[in-house]
Amino acid sequence: MPKQVLAKLVQKEEIIEGIYKFSVKASEIVEDAKPGNFIEIRVTDQVEPFLRRPISIYNLDRKNGILEFIFQVKGKGTQILSRKEIGDKIDVIGPLGYGTFKTDKYQKLAVIGGGIGIFPLYELSKEAKANKKEVSCYLGFRNQDFVMLEKEFKEVTDKLIITTDDGSYQNKGFAIDYLMEDMKKEQYDCIYACGPLPMLKAVQKYALENNIECQISLEEKMGCGLGVCLGCAVKTAKSPKDAPEYFHVCKGGPVFNARDVEI
Amino acid sequence: MNTKVNFAGIEMKNPVTVASGTFGYGREYADFFDLGKLGAIITKGTSLKPRNGNKPSRVCETPSGMLNSIGLQNPGVEYFANNDLPFLRKFDTKIIVNACGSSVDEYVELCKILNNMDIDGVELNVSCPNVKEGCMAFGSTYEGVKKVTSEVKKVLDKPLIVKLTPNVTDIASIAKGAEEGGADAVSLINTLLAMKIDIYKRKPVLANNTGGLSGPAIRPVAVRMVYQVAQAVNIPIMGLGGIVSGEDAIEFMLAGATTVSIGAGNFIDPYASVKTVEGIEEYMRKCHIEDINEIIGKVEMN
Repeated sequence: MPKQVLAKLVQKEEIIEGIYKFSVKASEIVEDAKPGNFIEIRVTDQVEPFLRRPISIYNLDRKNGILEFIFQVKGKGTQILSRKEIGDKIDVIGPLGYGTFKTDKYQKLAVIGGGIGIFPLYELSKEAKANKKEVSCYLGFRNQDFVMLEKEFKEVTDKLIITTDDGSYQNKGFAIDYLMEDMKKEQYDCIYACGPLPMLKAVQKYALENNIECQISLEEKMGCGLGVCLGCAVKTAKSPKDAPEYFHVCKGGPVFNARDVEI
Repeated sequence: MNTKVNFAGIEMKNPVTVASGTFGYGREYADFFDLGKLGAIITKGTSLKPRNGNKPSRVCETPSGMLNSIGLQNPGVEYFANNDLPFLRKFDTKIIVNACGSSVDEYVELCKILNNMDIDGVELNVSCPNVKEGCMAFGSTYEGVKKVTSEVKKVLDKPLIVKLTPNVTDIASIAKGAEEGGADAVSLINTLLAMKIDIYKRKPVLANNTGGLSGPAIRPVAVRMVYQVAQAVNIPIMGLGGIVSGEDAIEFMLAGATTVSIGAGNFIDPYASVKTVEGIEEYMRKCHIEDINEIIGKVEMN
């Protein structure tokens, strides 16, 4: 059940330029949260900027009730958020989203992410690894300047492949190409994906064509984040063309079975 | 101190309600507080048959507000009756169903069904700007509003509130149409038709191109319209548009509203409606007001 918490900022780090990792004390949220959940942050107590910002959960420190999230400064809201200082209270609602990453039935997991979409994959990998699952992870970035969290992901995965579009760091090309190459010889039980839309589309297509289980985390502009305003619609896969039907990313998702949605 | 109001025959414990489309059917907010703290809950716009809504993107942020073009997505009145109404009825508050349709016949059919349901009133949505047929098309003229109101009134014994669109030249004349059609009350304002353009894509941000603007950005427009309507009609008014606090609510009441609704404010703060109830009480204490009814329409014009 989501709760509103005034969460104290206990740690703050700019991990690469313009991308911040915040650690906040939010035990009430942490105890309920699952990999794939997100939070909604109100960056001001005024009405400008107006809406809350949906941000995915990066890490849950369940022992200490610490929630970590990472965000890129993109507009007014994230800029205000990035200026918060240690000790400040941040208005957070969470955990949100009833569609989360499910790993119970699977043993060998492939995790694939791109750019700022990699953040929710950390808690997923960490918990899966703690549950003795085998985690192979493919992370794609634009170039060497955007590569982040390599050490962190290394610790929670059995295999980590980093790619850059231009080859300026480690493997050249797209993460999905390396995943598909490996799958010629390896069998994964399920693929978990979060990242830019072209990557998600490619992963979805590959999984569906090859009949591989696949869960993808989606993004859409949100009003409330609670399932009330029905703003963050995503088309269902079996929708009739002339009368499309919709799920909502904030409620049915953000994680969906790749079979269920048309992206 | 008395905060009770009688709104078109609906006895409410306080004047605070939540606006259609910003509170679903209550379930999500029941996670945060006892819905019985509210004067009334106005449901998501509900139609005779389920509606799937518009293509995404459906929402975006604008200065001190937001645009939406949801397109009245809802599960239909039958689903509401079987699933949501029994849940809502667990709370000690009044239930008002926002009813929407594409034709006069559809509004009438729907209201026949609603008349037999355990609800306290109906809000007739003739003001949604985001659907192709019906709704705002009826709500934009005196004759249109009068016609649909009077037809619905023939089949509905429960209190009927007609929700007005601000996207007209003279909202007072539209309110008169509702009153003469037999409405027991009016609520205003629905959202203002608006557009936001992505300057890099050179395209509107919303898939539907235009949407309805809500939030504090529209509040002064709404207050002015409530005042104008209060001068023109003798039926009670529910005021809404950008209310996020008790002070905002008082402004509407001074302009002539008997009740108020919290809309987009629910999105930024799930407790916005209960905080508004508390804020009204605080104002009453501060200004030594015994009965909230004393302040309705008591603005003194310069």
